[in-house]
Amino acid sequence: MSPFKKENKRSAVFTRRALLLGAGQVGVLGLLASRLYQVQIEEGARYSTLAESNRISARLTAPPRGRILDRFGTVVGGNRLNWRALLTAEMTADVDKTLDTFARVVPLAEHERARIERELRRRRRFIPVIVREFLTWEDMARIEVNAPDLPGIYVDVGTTRIYPHGPALAHVVGYVAPPSEQDSGDDPMLALPGIRVGRSGMERAHDLKLRGRAGAVQMEVNAVGRVIRELDRQEGTQGQDLGLTIDVGLQNSVLKRLGDESASAVVMDARNGEVLAMTTNPSFDPSLFNSGVSQAQWIEWTRNRKAPLINKAAAGLYAPGSTFKMAVAAAGLEAKTISPGERIPCPGFLDLGDTRFHCWSKYGHGALDVRNALKQSCDVFFYEVARRTGIDRVAAMANRLGIGVDLEIELPNVRRGLMPTRAWRMGQGKAWNIGDTISCGIGQGYIQTTPLALATYTARVATGRAVQPHLTRSLGGVLQRGNKAEDWPALGLPERSLHLLRDGMWAVVNEGGGTAAVARLPIPGVQMAGKTGSTQVRRVSREQRERGYKSENMPWEWRPHALFVCYAPYDQPRYAVAVVVEHGNAGSAAAAPLGRDIMIDVLTRDPAGRNDPGAPGARVAERV
Amino acid sequence: MSDLLTARRLIRAEPSFGLTAKLWRISWSYVLLLCVLAGVGYVALYSAAGGSPEPYATKHIIRFCLGLGVMLCVALVDIRLIARLSWLVYGGSVALLILVLKMGHVGKGAQRWIELGGFQLQPSELAKIGLVMALAAWFHKASWERMGNPLFLIPPAVMVAVPVLLILKEPNLGTAVITAVVGAAVFLAAGVRWWKVVLVIAPIPYAAQVAFSHLHDYQKARITTFLNPESDPLGAGYNIIQSKIALGSGGLWGKGFLQGTQGHLNFLPEKQTDFIFTMLAEEFGLVGGLALLGLLATIVVGGMLIGLRCRNHYGRLLALGIATNFFMYVFVNIAMVMGAIPVGGVPLPLVSHGGSAMLTVMFGFGLLMSAHVHRDVDFEERED
Repeated sequence: MSPFKKENKRSAVFTRRALLLGAGQVGVLGLLASRLYQVQIEEGARYSTLAESNRISARLTAPPRGRILDRFGTVVGGNRLNWRALLTAEMTADVDKTLDTFARVVPLAEHERARIERELRRRRRFIPVIVREFLTWEDMARIEVNAPDLPGIYVDVGTTRIYPHGPALAHVVGYVAPPSEQDSGDDPMLALPGIRVGRSGMERAHDLKLRGRAGAVQMEVNAVGRVIRELDRQEGTQGQDLGLTIDVGLQNSVLKRLGDESASAVVMDARNGEVLAMTTNPSFDPSLFNSGVSQAQWIEWTRNRKAPLINKAAAGLYAPGSTFKMAVAAAGLEAKTISPGERIPCPGFLDLGDTRFHCWSKYGHGALDVRNALKQSCDVFFYEVARRTGIDRVAAMANRLGIGVDLEIELPNVRRGLMPTRAWRMGQGKAWNIGDTISCGIGQGYIQTTPLALATYTARVATGRAVQPHLTRSLGGVLQRGNKAEDWPALGLPERSLHLLRDGMWAVVNEGGGTAAVARLPIPGVQMAGKTGSTQVRRVSREQRERGYKSENMPWEWRPHALFVCYAPYDQPRYAVAVVVEHGNAGSAAAAPLGRDIMIDVLTRDPAGRNDPGAPGARVAERV
Repeated sequence: MSDLLTARRLIRAEPSFGLTAKLWRISWSYVLLLCVLAGVGYVALYSAAGGSPEPYATKHIIRFCLGLGVMLCVALVDIRLIARLSWLVYGGSVALLILVLKMGHVGKGAQRWIELGGFQLQPSELAKIGLVMALAAWFHKASWERMGNPLFLIPPAVMVAVPVLLILKEPNLGTAVITAVVGAAVFLAAGVRWWKVVLVIAPIPYAAQVAFSHLHDYQKARITTFLNPESDPLGAGYNIIQSKIALGSGGLWGKGFLQGTQGHLNFLPEKQTDFIFTMLAEEFGLVGGLALLGLLATIVVGGMLIGLRCRNHYGRLLALGIATNFFMYVFVNIAMVMGAIPVGGVPLPLVSHGGSAMLTVMFGFGLLMSAHVHRDVDFEERED
């Protein structure tokens, strides 16, 4: 074979194979092209969705919580701007150095520093961590001045819940706290950091309305989750403002009058059940719950014998004592076991079998009718009426007047008290004794009620309407039902009976010999009707009685509670007040003057009659 | 006819074949294709940097210009001289491969490059070109008769095996496979019978099973996640999934220049190197992807054509080897980003960011161009 031929052979084979290889390679690239078509066109929609879900992150935004206002629009639960210093770790070269510098500008406690470092470790480097909350203007100025030495630190503003009238309304307004697992429910908003839910009081009762609905922000994020920009924003529904029936001025004034006593007073618009003041003394600062209560504070509250954490007005249980006598009289009149003019003699005691029931007056009151029995608070008279009427009919009347029933007030943790009946006692597996009926005749024994129920009871006697106590006047600027007397049905008691009770209560205050003559109003033309009560917390034995028992000499915890209920003006009932002074001894001495002063205050302020500004929410303009 | 051919060859082989004539013979259209590809690289790297020429795009163009200079210089070197230097390049690259195993820099768990006068050199890149040169030189001297002798084929087989094994040891699976395939292509083009190549390739699947147990864990992971990328979405499979999401969401026309969300929001890993094709196809869609594939195919076919026009066997085999090497780069890279083969850490030549690959690729194109410039030179095959 010649060299040329040989060369030709080799060249021919090369040409053939190079063409084959080239064609093969182009074919392979063609396969890649078809694969590209498959991925980009046929499966494109699926991958587009995946790319979007990669890129877009939706976050919830919490709307500001609705405010709580008093009946005149004063903010009692609001939102305050909360200036805070935040640190973004990736913005500073040396986190420790920045924090050291910060601590020189605004001192940081050891535990704060530990918390910051813990959060920094846990979060990604671009997520800001709160260094300090509730900065003062001075703090902020110092931070701004030192800004060049504080890389990564910036100041921003959030909101926090504030209670301008703190302790005065703690039990009514309640407080907010971070949600617990049980609250979470199906509201995704609760997962947001910094969110608070109503934990007590009206904050809890209207939590959902106050909370509003979360908005959503769609953000473009990169592979590590950093926000690149905002794509879409849906504003949530703002929480509604809640207008209370409370007059915060009156509330504060009443609280001031209670002084140091462990006491409670409820002021109600007798015509419609609006609670104008509901005070519990002592109280606590609800804003402490927002950030967390210290162990020491908690121990102090729970060990305090005056129980600041208990809402005495709605959850403090007391025997009504003599204030209950109107209910007994009403039951007797209703059952016709006693007629309006009938007199019952009081020798100072009532003997029933072996047991002697004493009247508070050792020597007796002589023969009294209903009116004078109320005026002098004769015990024997009401022992007898109760005995004649029977416990079940007394209980039925008491329930009708608001004692021992659920008054359906909005507050959580309210106690209904107890109005015993035979059936109730049977439920305990015991038989009802006639002696129990006698005790109930003067509001002792098993009966338990609250100052709120006593105020309601007084209002019902005063107006003859089945008003129910309530605290919600308006929601989102809309006046709620129940603010007019006509919203409440009549009790259905004959006016003649009611008049008799009211007349007796009038005599208590306005006639010489009345147990609360001290409480007579010094206002010309305005008269008050009332009823005192003192309830033993310990049984007084015969020996003690004979040795000349004086409750003032007893230890504080053993002294009787002092009660007073009243309403005014007598001829045109407008306000009802109930006062309970724990261990205050005699109602006439400890509670009646308080009731009088509170009533003078209410009448002077006249919150229900002041040219009604309508729904306080209606003129809500300046939201935080 | 044959006399005429001989006469022509003698004329062409005149020593007066000067610089101007050589420049004139350079395939400037092919150079233009390479420039266009580098331009695509500039656009891609500009986007990969979030719409900025820094830090990739400017460097890319500077390197390309440098590479273009290297290419043109090499193109002017006489092919016969190049043939004589083949063994030197091959031997040098094998020495470098050994050196990199001894003292190379570890990147992503593998020793792949060494510092050489201020820039990184990846010896495996050079080894492929050295192998092509050496194989071409070997088969250039082989007479057609000797091609039939199996013993004659043992030395070139060893020449392929040595760098392949060294590269596997680095370990760099992708480049090892490319090297082996390029070697096989030169064998075939040289006229080795199909069945002989098949005989060598056939046991590979069995060998692969044995080899798999000796592979590094990350290589095993690549193979297993390739078989089922969704099995480990946040681990090794993450890259492939994100790459497919980027491609798929690009659609027909793409999201637009600088608008690719997968790339710009960093869901796409290593978008300036391995996944640059993905980034382009996300922003320019199927249309852009096919256009780029077309350009790459044109460069491959152009290289093949240069081989076909060569009148000496060394030039032919060299051109075919270089073109196949380029094709393998393109195939492995694009198939990888589409999830068709395991991730191999192979960049897209002249488009991806990276210096040493650029220089070696342009050096290879310089050899290709030299074969083209000297396609008609008298280049005797000596049997001894």
